Amino acid sequence: MASFGGTDPHRRAALAATALIAVVLLVLPLAAGWLGPAWVRTLAFAALYVMLALGLNIVVGFAGLLDLGYIAFYAVGAYTFALLASPHLTDNFPSIARTFPDGLHVPIWAAIPLGAAIAAAFGVLLGAPVLKLRGDYLAIVTLGFGEIIRIFLNNLNAPINLTNGPQGITLIDPVRIGPLRFDHGASVFGLALSSLQLYYYLFTALALLCILVCVRLQDSRLGRAWMAIREDEIAAKAMGINVRNVKLLAFGLGATFGGVSGSMFAAFQGFVSPESFSLMESVIVLSMIVLGGLGHIPGVILGAVMLSVFPELLRHTVGPMQTQLFGRILIDTEVLRMLLYGVALVLIMLYRPKGLWPAPQHGVAPRGVAQPPPMPPAAAA
Amino acid sequence: MGSWDTFVQQVFNGLVLGSLYALIALGYTMVYGIVNLINFAHGDVLMVGALTALSAVALAHGLAPGIPGWGLMLIGMLAAVPVCVLISLLMERVAYRPLRNAPRLAPLITAIGVSILLQTLAMIIWGRNHRTFPQLLSSDPIAIGPATVTVTKLLVVALSAIIMVALLLLVQRTRLGRAMRATAENPRVAALMGVNPNAVIAATFAIGAALAAVAGVMYASLYSVAHFYMGFIPGLKAFTAAVLGGIGNIPGAMLGGILLGLIEALGAGYIDQFSDGLFGSNYQDVFAFIVLCAVLILRPSGLLGERVADRA
Amino acid sequence: MARDLVLNVSGISKRFGGLQALQEVGLRIERQQIYGLIGPNGAGKTTFFNVVTGLVRPDAGTFQLEGRAYEPTSVHRVAAAGIARTFQNIRLFAEMTALENVMVGRHVRTHCGALASVLRTRGARREEEQIRQRSGELLEYVGIGRLGHLQARTLSYGDQRRLEIARALATDPKLLALDEPAAGMNATEKIDLRALLERIRADGITILLIEHDVKLVMGLCDQVTVLDEGRIIKEGSPGQVQHDPAVIEAYLGRAHVPV
Repeated sequence: MASFGGTDPHRRAALAATALIAVVLLVLPLAAGWLGPAWVRTLAFAALYVMLALGLNIVVGFAGLLDLGYIAFYAVGAYTFALLASPHLTDNFPSIARTFPDGLHVPIWAAIPLGAAIAAAFGVLLGAPVLKLRGDYLAIVTLGFGEIIRIFLNNLNAPINLTNGPQGITLIDPVRIGPLRFDHGASVFGLALSSLQLYYYLFTALALLCILVCVRLQDSRLGRAWMAIREDEIAAKAMGINVRNVKLLAFGLGATFGGVSGSMFAAFQGFVSPESFSLMESVIVLSMIVLGGLGHIPGVILGAVMLSVFPELLRHTVGPMQTQLFGRILIDTEVLRMLLYGVALVLIMLYRPKGLWPAPQHGVAPRGVAQPPPMPPAAAA
Repeated sequence: MGSWDTFVQQVFNGLVLGSLYALIALGYTMVYGIVNLINFAHGDVLMVGALTALSAVALAHGLAPGIPGWGLMLIGMLAAVPVCVLISLLMERVAYRPLRNAPRLAPLITAIGVSILLQTLAMIIWGRNHRTFPQLLSSDPIAIGPATVTVTKLLVVALSAIIMVALLLLVQRTRLGRAMRATAENPRVAALMGVNPNAVIAATFAIGAALAAVAGVMYASLYSVAHFYMGFIPGLKAFTAAVLGGIGNIPGAMLGGILLGLIEALGAGYIDQFSDGLFGSNYQDVFAFIVLCAVLILRPSGLLGERVADRA
Repeated sequence: MARDLVLNVSGISKRFGGLQALQEVGLRIERQQIYGLIGPNGAGKTTFFNVVTGLVRPDAGTFQLEGRAYEPTSVHRVAAAGIARTFQNIRLFAEMTALENVMVGRHVRTHCGALASVLRTRGARREEEQIRQRSGELLEYVGIGRLGHLQARTLSYGDQRRLEIARALATDPKLLALDEPAAGMNATEKIDLRALLERIRADGITILLIEHDVKLVMGLCDQVTVLDEGRIIKEGSPGQVQHDPAVIEAYLGRAHVPV
């Protein structure tokens, strides 16, 4: 947009909307905190899921590669942070304990890039052999990779204890920025903010950064190349696009988002275990982008927020409602949540395959123009 | 027990596993051959079969405690098959048929949704905990050469073999089989020849579901357990088997199933030995995944499948 | 006599299972020629295209573009080297706008990477502006300048074909290879197409085209090669080819060869 000045009504509207969103985002955790810490926690997780959804959107929505094992990158990011900022390595490996007598406490400004880099490396490693595969095969293979990583996380406690197996890694450092320790809450600008609220602000800031990155990528040479590949891979190649590298880039970048959110998750939760990284989690993130609008950034954000917040709403309403109506909980909210995911996926594909908030259709040719005729009689030349 | 004995034992174990994988793989391969869809929810059909049989057996035993084990087994299967067939037909009609001409990803995502639905419904009906599937047949060890098997294991192999032969006959010799093959090759032309593609596709789903139901009952009998998530791993492995043999190819699915079973049994068994139990049964599932990835990357057409080139 | 050959390929053979699709086929195209490749259905024309542009690997053949040898193994590298093509069944990026389609064509001649795009460096912004401008110019050039904002799949058939040409031109090709560009067009559209191709040639680009419309080929092409069942049966000027008995036989059958 090359227009200047606040006199342009569109620009003014956009600025107003941005200001409004900014205010809402700032005030939200305070309002939610009033309702209870569980709600703030939900908001923080919503921000994390937004990052995850945006990352998967690069892979599935932009480049058209169906990745069913995406959560593996989340896991890699989480475990990387866990290993670098907890007593696990120093407890289990005397040589490391000697090198770091005060323990391993990698600061966040190093841990996030590291988590991102290692996740990206995994992305490239996993992607390189499989990206040439066709859609459904790629989906299954990536699913397999995701499961393999989970199995390894679950079992790499012998012969050397790298991941501590099913028990996971605990006592992970919280986020520390300067004097602020995020697990303790703090007073900022005179306001007393709880630990959860601090994390919310951090995650939202990171999510906004992710959104910026995605928007810039979408309208770039690379973004167009991704879309071209998604539309017609052969034509894309014929136009000189190195399809393999461009796909790898999508995979790697998507993995990076997963790695960053994973490391934040580890700091937030204080412990990680393999069961947080199951296939169901990959499916949940996929549902978010499918529900919201595949390939459309606002839609993806909507989907992520909806599917993070809605289950919490359910928990608070359906539970008590069931007890009132039936005297007991007939259907556990966890089960209900899963049921709704399944129904959502099926219904969306059947009735609104482009999602709830798809990209607006580009201009359609004016009426009066004949529809493209069917293919000319197939001339095998 | 010498290494030869171990080998023979593992081969038997592999055959048992492989027969199950083959039965399930057939469902995947037939559906893929006819509608080009990976029925992600197929493994969950197996699960529904197992749990239905569990309930049926419990009910029958409660009503008539005198029924012998094999009778209960029969009742279990007779209950499981129609339920699975019904669910499969419903699935096809409601979730897959409307998307037959949609872009590739759509039916795959829908299939994932259906899979989740089946799992949650199973959770609601049968609970989340692992349920014990009763020992219906005698578990006395039978020695066949150096290997030890049970009646159940023998039943698995025998029943699978019979079913596979029957299926081959069906596909090769009957009208329905011809219609299935024609529709798999070219549905439009088949329709012009008087074949009703919807009916044929429904029949294909139904047959696959019936096979999965039987496999589910036997799986539950073998491992004495049934729960809502039990279909995922066997489903994935069976899909691997189908791909290994050449997706869309019926003898391929049978071959792939047996082969995968053998690879898994021998592989897990020997790695277990060599690593003193460190990398053993825990990593058993990883084998199947590695085979899957390897096949899809190196030879996606599988062992018996045809190579399809991409035309401009 | 040193000829300025843009494309010099020879000895191309390709077998698909039991079918010998191409047998010792070769072409020499001089700069700014419009070269026609014709032949009855199934002769191997599109297979030849696919081989030259790297989509199909030949069993044998030597390939030279502007005197430099190239290996037609990688489609995108062939495009980078300077051969751009269109497809018999139009392969546009259907959901993208016409302008975006052409902008994708500029990909191979630009180099702004992920980091530069995210940081919106000055270089990135400048390159993006250049891409947009050049793409708009190309849309004008082929005659669909007003349609840039429309989704590609909503364009009329003739406009889609022009768009595909604009997109191919965006790669700054040395050789423009068109697979049946006139298929499905009416007489008026063919006249416009012919004018466009002549203009493209006049602006320095060499053209190779597969076509079935014999009249169009005869009027437009400087040189023609006729393929039949994978073999060259005649090459020469349109006039020479038109009356050649072997060519007539291939197209119409022996009975039609004037005695």
